Amino acid sequence: MDKRIDESQVRKVAKLARLELSDVEVKEFAGQLSAILDYVARMNELNTEGIEPLAHCLAVNNVFREDIAKKSLGTEKTLANAPQRDGAFFKVPKILEEP
Amino acid sequence: MDWPSAKQLRDKIKTGEVGSVTATREVFARIAKAEPIVGAYISTFEEAALDKASEVDRRIAKGESVGQLAGVPIAIKDNMCTTFGTTTCASKILENFQAPYNATAVAKLLAADAVIVGKTNLDEFAMGSSTENSGLKRTANPWDTKRVPGGSSGGSTAAVAAGLCYAALGSDTGGSIRQPASLCGVVGLKPTYGRVSRYGLVAYGSSLDQIGPVTQTVEDCALLMSVIAGYDPADSTSIDEQTAPVGDYLAKLDEPVKELRIGIVPSFNAGADEQVRNAVDEAIKAYGNSGATVLEVDMPHLDYAIAAYYVIATAEASSNLARYDGVHYGHRTQEPNDYIEVYTKSRAEGFGKEVKRRVMLGTYALSSGYYDAYYLKALKVRNLIRGDFVRAFESCDCIMMPVSPTTAFKIGEKIDDPLKMYLSDIYTIAANLAGIPAISVPCGFDNGGLPIGLQILSPAFGEEKLLRIARMYEKQTDWHKKRPLITDE
Repeated sequence: MDKRIDESQVRKVAKLARLELSDVEVKEFAGQLSAILDYVARMNELNTEGIEPLAHCLAVNNVFREDIAKKSLGTEKTLANAPQRDGAFFKVPKILEEP
Repeated sequence: MDWPSAKQLRDKIKTGEVGSVTATREVFARIAKAEPIVGAYISTFEEAALDKASEVDRRIAKGESVGQLAGVPIAIKDNMCTTFGTTTCASKILENFQAPYNATAVAKLLAADAVIVGKTNLDEFAMGSSTENSGLKRTANPWDTKRVPGGSSGGSTAAVAAGLCYAALGSDTGGSIRQPASLCGVVGLKPTYGRVSRYGLVAYGSSLDQIGPVTQTVEDCALLMSVIAGYDPADSTSIDEQTAPVGDYLAKLDEPVKELRIGIVPSFNAGADEQVRNAVDEAIKAYGNSGATVLEVDMPHLDYAIAAYYVIATAEASSNLARYDGVHYGHRTQEPNDYIEVYTKSRAEGFGKEVKRRVMLGTYALSSGYYDAYYLKALKVRNLIRGDFVRAFESCDCIMMPVSPTTAFKIGEKIDDPLKMYLSDIYTIAANLAGIPAISVPCGFDNGGLPIGLQILSPAFGEEKLLRIARMYEKQTDWHKKRPLITDE
């Protein structure tokens, strides 16, 4: 049966979502996501020509405030849950490649 | 066993008739007995709760003024940030996370002198309809412990139903307050989008999420709303006082709505189990007997609500959950080979299956080539659904329908079929898409003694009238006074 989303697509999406999946998970998700996408496709029964997309229910836009510095968390609170820290820095594996 | 409502307890505490310490001790005694079976709480704060309770009692004895929830033991769903204890979202990825600030709704409860009992269990990151997706523990329905309490606020509703707190906060993105409230026989309200601040509510679907009360009675619901509703500058999606002032939810609560017009959608209700349908029909008949007019309203797009929701909510979730990357907080994988593996492995290890599924679905729906067909299409369908409500409310004051197509299902019954689980939300989801308020009130029990809820939906920011409508029915019935047997054992 032709799946709506196949295993190679699942791997692509997993990469975008920064999720490492096992081969078993990839297969399982391909089946489940296909079934869900099949159901979701019923929206195509509706003619939405000329209908505006509604991302947000409130007529509230561009909520600004004055650009004045206010009290913020501070370094200690901000780093309190850090898996690895180095003083005021969150520590992570090297990002830049060796030249 | 019996216990008073939150407001009744508050009133007794304020007059000194009952001490908050006594009430809090009783709650923890019930917790000690019931929790091994019900499992509503992820964490509890007995010592801090008793400290707060005695502080409140002391201030009252001195004649000092106290807040609206003075001394009342209240529970908080564990997806709301608290500076005390942990905020886990029932996920391994946040199992030890200690939030650096209190959610605004929590801060308001504290300012009202509530006693915080603990943080309740939920489906991981609020994604689910049974609380079975919790990455940390199982919660059972107090009415039948082989059955689910519903979700995602199953811990909160189970706790209120079993007297393990006097009221609780839940959150609702697709029905997560109303559905478990209905399955647990308690009152649950999803406020209008923007009515209650989302600051400190861990985001799942930002255009859909709302914090709301889970209570024993409609009056308690009004009381809690009085405390938590209102504009918050820290939440740019909260509505300002000019556009929609917070009403006085308690003042006229007992005043019936004259010439009430109730809209129903019979074809839509047909999808519910027979006993659920009958109980809901009987409840609507009771309104009719009191003088309300019941009329059919045409809402042709409700059938597409689930499809639109599972694109929009998952798309928003894929963005909101990108922050759980093992870098700043939460679980980090032990030995990443490079920085990318910090993300991919931490998330793989920390997230449960349902969360991964929804993140994947949302990522797919937003990805290049699929964005128009799925996400944009869903947003247009959302507009059509909102249009259905706008039109319907031209001819009626509220719409009534079931909350859940079934009563509480067995643990494990739907967990292997994601789509089957999603269809539990069929009656609740549209209110989130349209941003309107909706409440679940107990309206009976099935032959197995399982609770059934009646759902009442109203126009945006119509909570004052909605609560009065709900109160009209509650006054005539005593479903809400029944207690699950587990509280007797």
